Amino acid sequence: MFYREAGDFKTSYAEDSQTFPIKFDRYRYYVVLLIAFAVVPFIINDYWVNAVFLPFLIYAIAAIGLNILTGYCGQVSLGTGGFMAVGAYACYKLMTSFPEVSILIHVILAGGITAAVGVVFGLPSLRIKGFYLAVATLAAQFFLVWIFNRVPWFYNYSASGQISAPERTVLGVSVTGAETAPWAAYMVCLVFLTLSAILARNLTRGMAGRKWMAIRDMDIAAEIIGVDPLKAKLSAFAVSSFFIGIAGALFFAVYLGAVEVGEAFGITKSFLVLFMVIIGGLGSIFGSFAGAAFLVLLPVLLKNLLVGGLGWPTDLAAHLEFVIVGALIIAFLVAEPHGLAQLWRVAKEKLRLWPFPH
Amino acid sequence: MKLKLVTLVLGAVMAGAPAMAELVFPSLSYRTGPFAAGGTPFADGYADYFTLLNERDGGIGGEMTRVPECETAYNTEKGVECYEATKGDGALIYQPLSTGITYQLIPKVTADGIPMHTMGYGRTSAANGKIFEWVFNYPGNYWDSASIMVKHALDMEGGDLSGKNIVLLYHNSAYGKEPIRTLEELSKKHGYGLTLIPVDSPGQEQKSQWLQIRREKPDYVFFWGWGVMNQVAIQEAGNIRFPMDHFIGVWWSGSEPDVLPAGDAADGYKSTNFTGTGTDYPIFDDIQKYVVDAGKAAGDGSSLGQVQYNRGMYAAMLAAEAALKAQEMYGVTEINAAQMRDGMEALDVTAARMAELGMPGFGPEVHVSCENHGGPGQGLIQQWNATDKKWVAITDYIESDRDVIDALIVEDSAAYAKENNIEERCK
Repeated sequence: MFYREAGDFKTSYAEDSQTFPIKFDRYRYYVVLLIAFAVVPFIINDYWVNAVFLPFLIYAIAAIGLNILTGYCGQVSLGTGGFMAVGAYACYKLMTSFPEVSILIHVILAGGITAAVGVVFGLPSLRIKGFYLAVATLAAQFFLVWIFNRVPWFYNYSASGQISAPERTVLGVSVTGAETAPWAAYMVCLVFLTLSAILARNLTRGMAGRKWMAIRDMDIAAEIIGVDPLKAKLSAFAVSSFFIGIAGALFFAVYLGAVEVGEAFGITKSFLVLFMVIIGGLGSIFGSFAGAAFLVLLPVLLKNLLVGGLGWPTDLAAHLEFVIVGALIIAFLVAEPHGLAQLWRVAKEKLRLWPFPH
Repeated sequence: MKLKLVTLVLGAVMAGAPAMAELVFPSLSYRTGPFAAGGTPFADGYADYFTLLNERDGGIGGEMTRVPECETAYNTEKGVECYEATKGDGALIYQPLSTGITYQLIPKVTADGIPMHTMGYGRTSAANGKIFEWVFNYPGNYWDSASIMVKHALDMEGGDLSGKNIVLLYHNSAYGKEPIRTLEELSKKHGYGLTLIPVDSPGQEQKSQWLQIRREKPDYVFFWGWGVMNQVAIQEAGNIRFPMDHFIGVWWSGSEPDVLPAGDAADGYKSTNFTGTGTDYPIFDDIQKYVVDAGKAAGDGSSLGQVQYNRGMYAAMLAAEAALKAQEMYGVTEINAAQMRDGMEALDVTAARMAELGMPGFGPEVHVSCENHGGPGQGLIQQWNATDKKWVAITDYIESDRDVIDALIVEDSAAYAKENNIEERCK
C-alpha cells in the first residue's frame, strides 16, 4: 500500500535516478525536513537541545564521515576520535587567531585541515589492509590525542590544557558561548548535517562512490578495471576526515563549549562512532542517522525511564543501562547483521506489499 | 527520525515532574565508572546531610529540601545533560565534583544565573569574585593545596628545599594540570627542582611512571590523582619501596578506598585535607539516629566518617548555611538561585557556628566576600595509619602562600575576563 511505484511515472533520467524515486518516500523526506527546520526550532528548549539534538546531529555527521571510509570504501578506521580532535583544535586555533572571520567558515576550514591530516594517516592504507589498517589508525588516535596534550601551542598555553570556545555569532545571533539560544545551536548543526548528508549521498552514488565501493568489494579487481587505488583510498580518507573534522569542530564549539582532549576525544569516541556505523548499517547514509540516533537517544531514554519514571537509584540505572544497550546491540546484530538501515529496507518492502503479501 | 519523534513524545511525558515549594540541591554524582570510589561516599554524605535536616529540623528555615541525583560517571557530556535536566527544577546550587564538568558549566551557570560551588576543585581562579560572579571555591583550591604541600615539605626539611627534587605525578587532564603553575612559581621561590609526570586517565596503568620515579629518586612525590588512579599509585609506590612519608597527595587522593587496597604498604602515606575525619563529632549521632537507623541513608551507612563522606557532608553543610543566610537576608523562606548566590557571598561560618551544628573544628572557618570567593585557603596534612586503618591529622590548619597564589589568581582571572569581556565587580 505504501511505497508503491505504481502510477509514479518517470519521464527523464534525472527523475529516475533521484535519491528518493518513490513519491511516498520523497514526501516523507520533505515532511521530515519541514519538521526539522520549521517546527523543532520553535519548540526546542535547553534540555532537548543539549541532551538529545546536538549530540544526535553531530554524531550523525561523524557517522556519515566514518561510513564513507568504512562502509563505502572498506577501510576500517579506529582514528575517529583523533580526527574529531583535529577538527576541534583546528577550529579553536582559527577562532582565536581570526576572530573577525565567520565561525561557519572556520568550521569548514577545520574540516579541510582534518581532511589533510586524514590523508597523511591514510597513506598506510595503500600497503596494509583490514585489521592491520585498524591498528595503524589506532596509532593515529593515540598520537593525535598525545600531541594535543603535549604541545601547549594547540591550547594557547592555557594553564589547564582545556580549550574553550569564545562567543561567535552568525548573522548577529550567537552560536557559540554560553548565551547561545537553543534554537541557534540546533540550526547550525542541522544545516551542517543536512548539507553533509546531501553531499555524502551524491558523492557515494557518483563516480567517486563507485570507485570506493569497487575498492571495498575487491581491490585487485578494481585496479584491473582501472580504479586507481591511491586516488580512491586517499580521497575516501580525505572526504571522511572532512566530515569527521566538521563534527569535531561543532562538538567542541557549539555543543560542549570547552573540551579536554583526552576525555572528549579518547578511544571511546572512536569506538562509539564505529558502533554507530555498524549498528546503523555499513554503506548507508540513512544508517548513519539511525545508528547515531540509537546510541545517543537510547541511554538518555533509559535514564529518564529508570530514574525519572521509576525512581530507581542512579547507579543501578546506570549499570543496567549498559546491560540493556549492550544486549540490544547484540540482539539487533543477530537479527539483522546489516544494521538498522537493512531493517528499514525490509520494512519498506513489507509495507509495499501490505496488506496483500501474496 | 521516527525514533527521534517517539522518544520526544515519551520524554515529554516523563519530564512533567510536579513543581513543589521546596529547596532543590541537585547532586551531579558518579556512582559508576573508574572514579566511583570517590564519588559514591561524597554523594552519600551530601544527600545524608540534607536528609538529616529534613528529618530533624523540618528542612532549612521550615522549607523541606530535595536532592535529585543525576549520574555523570565523571563524564563531561553526561554532566552537561545532567545540568540541563535538573536546572529547570528550581536548582539552587550545583556541586559537580569534577573539574572537567566545572569548566563546562562555568559559562552556563553564569548565563543561567545559578551559583556553583566547587569545593576544593574546579577552576582555581574562580576564587576571584570580582570576575567570577556565580562561581565559588571556598574553603580552598588546588593552588592552596600545592602550596600547603610545599610548606609541609619545607617543614620536614627544616625550612630549606633548595637542591631537592619534587616529582608531580598527575592525572593528565585539567584537574591534574591545575597545580603546575603554582608549583613552578614556588620552585623559583624555594629553589627545588620540579619534574612533571603525567598519567593518562583513568590511570590504571602506571608502571612506566613509577619506573621513572625509581630511576630519578626524587626527594618528594606530589600526587594529583583521583578514583582508581589513587589506589594504583599507592600500590606502585609500595612496590618500589618509596618512602611513604615523602609521598604527599592532594585532598582528592587521600581517602580510605585509596589506601586500603595497598594494605601495610600504604602506611605513612600523606595527603592534604580540609575536613575532619572519623565519626567523633556530635553530628554523627544525629545522622545515625535520624538517617541511617531510619533506613533513609543514601548509601549502606558503612562510609560514615570516611574522608569523602565527611567532605560531602561538609559541602552540604556549607550549602545549607548559605541557604539559611539567604533566607535571613531576604526574609523569605522560599529562596531562588540569585538569592542563594547572595547568601553564599555573605557566608560566614565561624567555629562557634560549627560547634552549634555538631561539627566543632570539622573544617576551617569560612568567610566569603564579594572579592574573595575562595575562602581562607587552609588545609592540614593527614597521614595514614595502616595498623589502625585511620587517617590521623599530623598538622594544624596551614595557611597557603598567599603572596604567590593571589598574584596567580589575579593573573589567570584577568585573562579569563579579557577572553570573555567581563567587567570587574565589587567596586
